[in-house]
Amino acid sequence: MATDASASSSPASALGENVQAEARVKKTRVVSARMSIPQRLKNIWTNRELLRNLISTEIKVKYKGSALGLLWSMVSPAMTLIIYYVVFGVILKNSIPHFVIYLFSGLLLWNFFNLGVQSATGIIVARSGIVKKVAFPREILVLSCIGTAGVFLFFQSLVLIIFMVVLGVAPDWQLLPLWFLTLFIVALLASALGIALSAINVYMRDMAHLIEVILAAWFWACPIVYSFWTQLHARFHHAWESWLYFANPMAPLVLTSQRVIYNAPYVHLTSAGNKGEQILPPWRATTYISWNVELLVVSSLLLWIALVIFGRLEGNFAEEL
Amino acid sequence: MGDVAISIQDVSKHFRLYHERGTSLKERLVKVRTSRYDELWALSQVSLDIEEGQTIGILGHNGSGKSTLLKCICGVLQPTSGQIVVQGTLAGLLELGAGFQPELSGRDNVFLNGSMLGLSRTEIENVFDDIIKFSELEQFIDNQVKFYSSGMYVRLGFAIAVNVDPDILVIDEVLAVGDERFQRKCMDKIREFQEKNKTIVFVTQSAEQVRQICDSTLVLKNGHSIAFGEPGHAIRTFRETLLEGPDGVGGTVIDDADPNAERVIEFEPDSHEQPIQILDVVLSYPDDASNAYLKSGDPLSVRVAYQAENDIDDVIFSLTIVEPKGETLLSTSTEQMGLHFDVKTGKGAMEFAFQSWPLLDGLYKGSVGIQSRKGGVMYDWKEDVVNIEVLYDGKSGGLLNLPISGSFTTGNLNERGQ
Repeated sequence: MATDASASSSPASALGENVQAEARVKKTRVVSARMSIPQRLKNIWTNRELLRNLISTEIKVKYKGSALGLLWSMVSPAMTLIIYYVVFGVILKNSIPHFVIYLFSGLLLWNFFNLGVQSATGIIVARSGIVKKVAFPREILVLSCIGTAGVFLFFQSLVLIIFMVVLGVAPDWQLLPLWFLTLFIVALLASALGIALSAINVYMRDMAHLIEVILAAWFWACPIVYSFWTQLHARFHHAWESWLYFANPMAPLVLTSQRVIYNAPYVHLTSAGNKGEQILPPWRATTYISWNVELLVVSSLLLWIALVIFGRLEGNFAEEL
Repeated sequence: MGDVAISIQDVSKHFRLYHERGTSLKERLVKVRTSRYDELWALSQVSLDIEEGQTIGILGHNGSGKSTLLKCICGVLQPTSGQIVVQGTLAGLLELGAGFQPELSGRDNVFLNGSMLGLSRTEIENVFDDIIKFSELEQFIDNQVKFYSSGMYVRLGFAIAVNVDPDILVIDEVLAVGDERFQRKCMDKIREFQEKNKTIVFVTQSAEQVRQICDSTLVLKNGHSIAFGEPGHAIRTFRETLLEGPDGVGGTVIDDADPNAERVIEFEPDSHEQPIQILDVVLSYPDDASNAYLKSGDPLSVRVAYQAENDIDDVIFSLTIVEPKGETLLSTSTEQMGLHFDVKTGKGAMEFAFQSWPLLDGLYKGSVGIQSRKGGVMYDWKEDVVNIEVLYDGKSGGLLNLPISGSFTTGNLNERGQ
């Protein structure tokens, strides 16, 4: 079995130098059954232009011919938001003040993750036409799904900002950079999951349906519409319960987002003398930061594993599709 | 001659052809042991070095592995074992317009497709006008691609691929599409590539294209490389495998031990009702003992042997030759040639002799017949019994090998009566 140890670059990077005509150095590309992970990452990087185009294509095509266009990307999450707000905030009357912001700060993250993973899982099968005919790093297709979800995230963030301004809620400005790290970790996680699942889905088409079901359950495993601290924490009597809950990497990420955006570890109820209720865990900022750093390492590792899986399975894509 | 542009090293590709493959989890679990498949080596240890600036044609039947090899070179498929080292940038045209997004305009698709071939935005902008000019789609470039005709689709696809200026161009059988004028344009572009010392690899089934533009030709059969070298030799090998049939059992028509087998066609007299019957038809041409091919321009004779039950006056022998597509090239008879012949009882033969065979390569078929001049009775008729395999060593294309020479004149042309 040959290796690509000597490979130095992809066709794309060489093409990039094509403009310099005669003086250019010929790049070597090796087609073999194995490609190292750094090489894969490099190929993805050299094809970033394609990634950009795929994302913009996806968005253009999705809203082609619709009058409201991108506004629709806000309508659907806004509807979810309204439903949860009405059900949990008005009908079931929870005690979380500014429930909309609380809800939105978690939902935003979840929508990004959910849309990214779900569309990525089916993407290799859906785009079999080009997978069979054009050579480019196939991971780009998956990343384009995550990227598209990221664009929607951006527009939903705008809606969130409007809500915050209207309701007069300020984020924790000092921790705001952490929020972007959190988003990045979610993107890494979604990419890892998407890359692995999209490859597996080529061989087992159930994956796309399975992940739909799993994501539906996963949503409730995250403290988005309920408060972890007030409604769950007290009920955990054993360490393993808590451990299990936080085995879900999305849980601490959602908590981080709420900590930064909702920014109200203590809520003082109006009645005098009340100590106030904790909505968010009363952890220090450093706790959140270390959570995130740990998750950054874990999700990078997962991405690496996903790329290995993808590399193993990718060889037969063109035959299986 | 120069560096090796593509080095194919011992490349094999293995496929499993499943019978009713289960793609769902349940089916996988239930039928984990029972899933039946055939093993297929689409490529077996193909090794080949393609030098920079060469144009390589890959000839082979359907299923011989040529597209698989091309996909491996492009990187769409990974070889099961072995490796391919590509020096320089490569643009693969496995399918023109693959990756076009029908909902987008032609303009957006140029950028999408260009980046798929590895170009940055500015690089695409630099060649954008060339692409539009080449594709001749100026007025439609802002229309959605879904409204394009298939010809427009292909034109845009080819225009993008050739204008990204790769070092190596890999083309699957895509040159067969488009109208004739565009095809010629494509061929011109390919020649331009050749002049720029670019490497071209293309798959075709047309021996004519190979002869016209290739420096070397690879012939694949059942995944094995069976010939690599100058086109004439490779085409000959390809023809031989063609006669053997795609299943590769071989030897049904040409028997190696007897090179005459194909050229001598004998018939069992099927009844004695006809007073005269064809016994056999023999083709003869120079070197026919060692060569299964008639070289274009060489003489050829077709000898029709007959057996007559009784004396018959005024017998006509006729010969019809059709070209590969079925058009009649020649339909003649002894009568039309002004020959009179009275047959005596017993055996005899009539020979049609061509001083030179003026057609370019291909498989020509002939039919022979014997009939009476009076009353037009058809005594015997053998349809398509003559198979004339013609090989042409030159580079010209077309149908006819017309005797032609060229000369150059420089300086004052007035003497020629301008």
